[in-house]
Amino acid sequence: MPDLVGEKMTDTLLAQAEAAVGLAKRAGADDAVSALSWHRGLEFQWRDGRLEDVKENATRGLALALYVDGRFSTHATSDLEPTRLRAFVEEAVALTRHLQPDPYRLITDPSLYEGRADVDLDLVDPAVIDLTRRERTAWCAELEEQARGDESVVSVTTRVQDAHSQSARASSNGFRGTETSTVASYGTTVTIREGETRRPEDHWFVAGTHLAGLPARTAVGAEALRRVLARRGASKVSSRRTTMLVHPEAASGLIGRMVGALAAGSVQQRRSFLAEKQGERIASPVLTIRDDPLRPRGLGSTLYDGEGIAAQPRTLIGDGVLESFFVDTYYGRKLGWEPTTGSPSNLVLAQGDKDLDGLVADTPDGILVTSWIGGNANLTSGDFSFGVRGHVVKDGALADPVSEMNVTGNYLDLLQRLVAAGNDPVPWYPCLAPTLVFDDVQFSGS
Amino acid sequence: MKTSSSLPNANARPIPEYDLFGIDDAVLSTVLAEALGRGGDYADLYFQQGRSCSIGLEDGIISRASSSADRGVGIRVLVGDQTGFAYSEDLDLESMGDAARTAAAIASGGGGVPPQRFERRGRHDLYAIAEPWDTVGATRKLPFLASVERVTRSLDPAVEKVSVSWGDADTHILIATSEGVVLTDSRPMSRLALAITAVKGGEVQTNHNSLAGRHGIEWYSEERILGLCREAVDRTLILFEAKRPAAGEMPVVLAAGASGILLHEAIGHGMEADFNRKGVSIYSTMIDQEVAAKEVTIVDSALLPGERGALNVDDEGSETEETVRVDAGTMRSYLHDRISAKHYGVKSTGSGRRQSFRHAPMPRMRCTYMRAGPHAKEEIIASVDKGIVAETFTNGQVQIGAGDFTFYIKNGWLIEKGKITAPIKDVNIIGNGPEALRNITMVGDDLKLDTGGWTCGKNGQGVPVSQGMPTALVSRLTVGGENA
Repeated sequence: MPDLVGEKMTDTLLAQAEAAVGLAKRAGADDAVSALSWHRGLEFQWRDGRLEDVKENATRGLALALYVDGRFSTHATSDLEPTRLRAFVEEAVALTRHLQPDPYRLITDPSLYEGRADVDLDLVDPAVIDLTRRERTAWCAELEEQARGDESVVSVTTRVQDAHSQSARASSNGFRGTETSTVASYGTTVTIREGETRRPEDHWFVAGTHLAGLPARTAVGAEALRRVLARRGASKVSSRRTTMLVHPEAASGLIGRMVGALAAGSVQQRRSFLAEKQGERIASPVLTIRDDPLRPRGLGSTLYDGEGIAAQPRTLIGDGVLESFFVDTYYGRKLGWEPTTGSPSNLVLAQGDKDLDGLVADTPDGILVTSWIGGNANLTSGDFSFGVRGHVVKDGALADPVSEMNVTGNYLDLLQRLVAAGNDPVPWYPCLAPTLVFDDVQFSGS
Repeated sequence: MKTSSSLPNANARPIPEYDLFGIDDAVLSTVLAEALGRGGDYADLYFQQGRSCSIGLEDGIISRASSSADRGVGIRVLVGDQTGFAYSEDLDLESMGDAARTAAAIASGGGGVPPQRFERRGRHDLYAIAEPWDTVGATRKLPFLASVERVTRSLDPAVEKVSVSWGDADTHILIATSEGVVLTDSRPMSRLALAITAVKGGEVQTNHNSLAGRHGIEWYSEERILGLCREAVDRTLILFEAKRPAAGEMPVVLAAGASGILLHEAIGHGMEADFNRKGVSIYSTMIDQEVAAKEVTIVDSALLPGERGALNVDDEGSETEETVRVDAGTMRSYLHDRISAKHYGVKSTGSGRRQSFRHAPMPRMRCTYMRAGPHAKEEIIASVDKGIVAETFTNGQVQIGAGDFTFYIKNGWLIEKGKITAPIKDVNIIGNGPEALRNITMVGDDLKLDTGGWTCGKNGQGVPVSQGMPTALVSRLTVGGENA
């Protein structure tokens, strides 16, 4: 596919999406939705003073949803050669006819397409599209520059990734939409030697739709080194119940892991600990979570969702009260609920007035979790158990690093224990969470 | 590389897969010439054509299906341990040439000479199935879904929701290298999985189970399906009685089967050669050292027929094998791909794998398991005063350098005074790889491979793997539990 940019390219994709809807209808579908996507990305990886890997991704694909005689199916192909594509669509329609009719499965009501926000989400940075091989290589070197500033350093790997994506969506009942965005990310991973065998490793990666606003590359390398040096001497401490502070990068994961329980599908399949809790106070008043698809330059921003529903900001949990779920049209119909949107875009948490350092200073005794390692959450019951890395907090200051410990509990209990939120969310995570502080949490160690 | 030639006749059209991809020796030669155009040491082309089908049952009806088709070529150029990589989804000469030139840019010298003719190498034959999945119609798959739902519901009235998913795929690949070698493989995959929601007196529990492998339709026997459903119902119902254990360090008995996840996380990734070549693995200095008790032998095999991790040939054309990683307690071999084998001056272990033509290969596990030891399961359990049995798992993770690893127990049991006393659920286990290896004090005689569908993720690439384990005792791990 030619490497066109801007409107011309999305016009081409939209025409192809419309053609695919036509193909599906001619093959016997009553209704069809198609999405054409195009993506070009580059990844430069650098290790210990020289370029190690250069990878280029240039891909396009067609995704198709079919409604045939009350039956439903979805399909995807990267092979757009006309003869093979026609055969693929005909087989897809034939496969759909073998299923059972599903009265809840209907193409999105066109009224839900209406009200699409008339705003510029500002998701494209021409500077990302114009990046050169020479710049990417130079950036890799800059990311390494200050990461070697200790004699214990064994290896430094840096990475620069950028991508430009465009897509178009068309449906047989009138939906038309196109989207285009860029993303750039870079970061540094540092490994140091500790004792005979240990090779502690830490990293810092940042990302954004635009280059402006990303931290200086030398500072990223310096921060990665600072993080790994702080890991020296990490060990487990005794099992205890104590205050848990969660670093903003880790807070994003902690909140992100429970969001599945807000899906209407989880509720309808009775796999959500939040089912039947709408309107109830499920968390401390410190917790407010909004889904904001219209955030300018947001990594998850979009004007319409995966079903074509016009995107709008929505409060999920307001001052601790569960206000709304992610409701797609299918499970909405099964539950008799009005559809909202099927999945999160940018999750944004309410902030407090201190940063991580300020919140540590307020903590006489606790553990700061800087990252999770493994573990899982049972979203039916809310039970969770995660491996953690971090630091002991003693008398308002960070003390020894900890490793090889677990934190275990239940979200319904944990969320009530949230006593403070910071003012320091990291913008390069899909969930913009600040530092979170929870009282009296169970850690297991030695 | 030791191989046997299965098609000695190199005349005219020796390779049927050439037609599938619309290529011939001249095309391969032309594209490889572009790939070597700036002086790479080596280049390879990885052609792939695949299709997959999945079907789902929910709320009593077979209500959804999906299919996918994918086709393209990945082009890789090596200069020492540097890699240039690009791919094309169009297999015309112009598109492939563009991708080859992009990949070639990693090098900065003059042109190399590509081979003009290609010799087809032989490979293992571990998963030939009677009927390729693309010839099996949907009507023959639907009864599996209906039967899983019917059987599951019949087993216990507490079963409230059953969702069943079926998946099958065929992938055809052709690898052509700048050394003039062509290899082909056809790789089937299939999977039958179910999730259950059970309700008792207002309390809700969910669990799941699956059967998976490079198997054909005949593998899904009535007996196997009954076993799948029974296990799923048992594992769900027991959760109504299950509690979290106390928090802290304790002995952990790994049940035979899926507990191989401990090997995968505690030692498996750390012994992939790329991490060691870079000096970032905790195992970088441990080859030929005693790392575990004599009872402990850990292998990674590509050669177990029908397993998800089975591979006739790896994804860079190297012969696959069974690699002994720890031999009677002594660390023996990393898992090598072409780059690391060259670095260490050894033969590749056939561990170069990739998710698809859109990805470059790296050392990966296949089927990782521990060989059986001398002890009876009952003897191992009886030796524990206070601890747990880990039986089913959802996921695991490792930090290669620090060696810390985790795995999450979905179902398990409490051991008190040498006896199993109560079910446990939903706790994470964390330990340190080398310490956990040293702390394996008893190995059972009941090696079992897990039939569930595990996928291993590394650097953003997922590949199918398998694992297995005899019952074994780790004398000390940190269990995420709750203290009163």
